[in-house]
Amino acid sequence: MTVDAAELRGRVEEFLAAHDPQRTDRLEFLRARFDAGLAWVHFPVGLGGLGAARELQPVVDEAFAEAGAPDNQPQLNVIGLGMAAPTILRFGTDEQRQRYLRPLWTGEETWCQLFSEPGAGSDLAALSTRAVRDGSDWVVDGQKVWTSLAHRARWAILVARSDPDLPKHKGLTYFICDMTDPGVEVRPLRQITGEAEFNEVFLTGVRIPDSQRIGEVGQGWQVAMGTLMNERVAIGGRTPPREGGMIGEAAEAWRAHPEKRTPALHDRLLTLWVAAEATRLTSIRLRQQLAIGEPGPEGSAVKVAFAEQNQAITGFELEFLGEDGLTYDDWTFRQPDYASLTKRGAGFRYLRAKGNSIEGGTTEILRNVIAERVLGLPPEIRTDKDRPWKELPR
Amino acid sequence: MSAPDLLYTELEEDLRATVRRLLRERCDWTAVLARCESEEPYDLDLWRTLAGELGLAALLVPEDLGGAGASARELAVVAEEVGRAVAPVPFLGNVLVTAALVACAEREVLPQLADGSRIGTLAVGLTTAPHAAFPRSVKADGTSLTGTVSAVVDLEVADHVVVPAVDGDGAALYLVDTAASGVTRTPTTPLDLTRRFGTLELAGAVGKRLASGADAERALRRALLTAAGLLASEQVGLAQHCLDSTVDYAKTRYQFGRQIGSFQAVKHRLADLWVEVSTGRAVARNAADALAQDTEVDLAVALAQAHCSDLVVLAAEEHLQLHGGIGMTWEHPAHLYLGRAKSSQLTFGIAETHRQRIGELADLPTP
Ligand SMILES: Cc1cc2nc3c(=O)[nH]c(=O)nc-3n(C[C@H](O)[C@H](O)[C@H](O)COP(=O)(O)OP(=O)(O)OC[C@H]3O[C@@H](n4cnc5c(N)ncnc54)[C@H](O)[C@@H]3O)c2cc1C
Repeated sequence: MTVDAAELRGRVEEFLAAHDPQRTDRLEFLRARFDAGLAWVHFPVGLGGLGAARELQPVVDEAFAEAGAPDNQPQLNVIGLGMAAPTILRFGTDEQRQRYLRPLWTGEETWCQLFSEPGAGSDLAALSTRAVRDGSDWVVDGQKVWTSLAHRARWAILVARSDPDLPKHKGLTYFICDMTDPGVEVRPLRQITGEAEFNEVFLTGVRIPDSQRIGEVGQGWQVAMGTLMNERVAIGGRTPPREGGMIGEAAEAWRAHPEKRTPALHDRLLTLWVAAEATRLTSIRLRQQLAIGEPGPEGSAVKVAFAEQNQAITGFELEFLGEDGLTYDDWTFRQPDYASLTKRGAGFRYLRAKGNSIEGGTTEILRNVIAERVLGLPPEIRTDKDRPWKELPR
Repeated sequence: MSAPDLLYTELEEDLRATVRRLLRERCDWTAVLARCESEEPYDLDLWRTLAGELGLAALLVPEDLGGAGASARELAVVAEEVGRAVAPVPFLGNVLVTAALVACAEREVLPQLADGSRIGTLAVGLTTAPHAAFPRSVKADGTSLTGTVSAVVDLEVADHVVVPAVDGDGAALYLVDTAASGVTRTPTTPLDLTRRFGTLELAGAVGKRLASGADAERALRRALLTAAGLLASEQVGLAQHCLDSTVDYAKTRYQFGRQIGSFQAVKHRLADLWVEVSTGRAVARNAADALAQDTEVDLAVALAQAHCSDLVVLAAEEHLQLHGGIGMTWEHPAHLYLGRAKSSQLTFGIAETHRQRIGELADLPTP
């Protein structure tokens, strides 16, 4: 039996009749919604879903929104929802799924991603954080960096090196790390916008029970690749509206300032508008492909195009604004709850968008991925693949 | 017409070496970063050394007005070094005000600016293009000035401001002491933490008239052309730094068991940037030479700005991107360079504005 849109609408109606969103406690409401399988409808029954098609999620979200129901504030738990959840679903044990998915979805527990290290970014498999087996625990030591939102996360997905004698891709193991463990120290790392959205994380003798391992020992790379595929695809709940992203800000600025318009800038704005719309439609196409189970290469294309355009558009916006483009709204140091490109000044948008071509895989790496995996071009010659990790130049 | 001299003389290279040495000692980027959010974002001691002891502020001032009687060619070399170091000194305001005062043959304040004992600026919005219409936001009634000018560079540290104003005779330039009554200065929070600007409000402040009518217009235009031309050199210096520092990083950063500079994707990017910086240097030198020779200044400056103001942003953006995550952090200087680069792109008009101007000057009219 597959669940269709009509049936989903019916279920939401039923649910709302039993749980008046205005009268039910927010958390109770969200937990009940999860238990009713109306959280992420494509997840299995019992884990917040109904095994429905992924494309039907908006049906449910819209019905709840119309009823004025509280949502799970997905923007506050981007890594949990976008990366940890699909990874736990696919590679986790039943106990892990039961333990982590519900509080993750409701937002009671948020997540961060302890992957990158000072010496290992694009080359994630080169990481050197050690995990050493000690009875039923693992003892983890190392340093992570650029960890977005570690300052508010309850849990982390973590990749560590469990065997330095093996080639770099083979000696990794994937864990769930408790961010409240005393061996975990989170230090804010200020970024060019003035805020500390990301952090350095120092792991010193952190004891992780083996029950928090995800996948087999030594299978960390495969699990991490699964996570990263999800990061790059990063499917949100709703279809992005026209002018929904950075182009909307630029378009608003254009409408608000007729005195600053010139024919040359007009042409540039329209060129950017066309490119943004093309990317938006490509991302919709990607969603539709995913819904019928055929993830295409558009994921990488969208990430590359999105990063390039965000940067071009925010740069254009400053140039268009002229004198106002020389100013900055606020350099005050803060640790935000989530990364937002809107609600701040144009200067902030310009600086923050610079991260779009670095975070979650750089544009250069994604181009390599497209060239090699999509176009089938021969890979770069690799000398590091089959040698033990500990012998590699660093 | 003889070809412009686009190389550096031995004297200019000596000057560069001196300035670079001083900036390396006194103003490495950690010092710039530490300063930029403090109470004293500018290093005025450093400025006094540069301007007074090394005599850089006197370069543009003719000998008969108490200066060194050098030219924009020498100053352009200084500008390159200021850009390379993103030095937090009132350099641009100094160029603007000095050029304006020289054009007016002013004799009282100029020597004090030239010896570094006093600081000055010109009250025009920082994004004003050299060929823009004479500003009308300040009105003069006798010696009394009223009006507001926003985005005035180096305003907070200036002792003197040359103010374009409109009076009974039309355009005029006035000299205002910032300590005088009726003068209010409000700093703005800048994207470029190393170059400051603010809003100047004049409410019946006393000014001394320096020039009027066509002379005032000519002096203002000369000041803007000089500063915009020299800004191109500053942009080239900044771009060169971004290129150098990224090349260094590409040689020392290992990923996938290799230096990242061994990837063709990175190599080609850096090669492209080198091509851009080379062409940028040529047009910036051309502008400096044109200012020095006083030939085809308008075209040379428009050309330099049309090219260098985009080049500098490209360089700063590549600098950040090729440094990966470390470039996104506050502790790395990439943001200081990016802020200066992006702001300087807007300064004296964006590339489009200058291309438009070239259309007029090169007889390539709009449809
Ligand atoms: C805003 C932001 C948020 C982040 N959040 C997180 C997070 O939450 N968790 C986490 O684990 N990490 C996070 N990161 C880290 C991010 O994943 C890494 O910065 C990224 O993978 C790049 O690695 P790197 O910084 O080491 O750059 P490097 O790998 O050193 O790359 C330097 C330059 O070389 C290029 N390069 C490298 N290899 C190649 C190649 N083979 N071919 C061509 N070019 C190449 C790169 O594209 C880049 O331009 C974040 C980064 C940013 C900027």
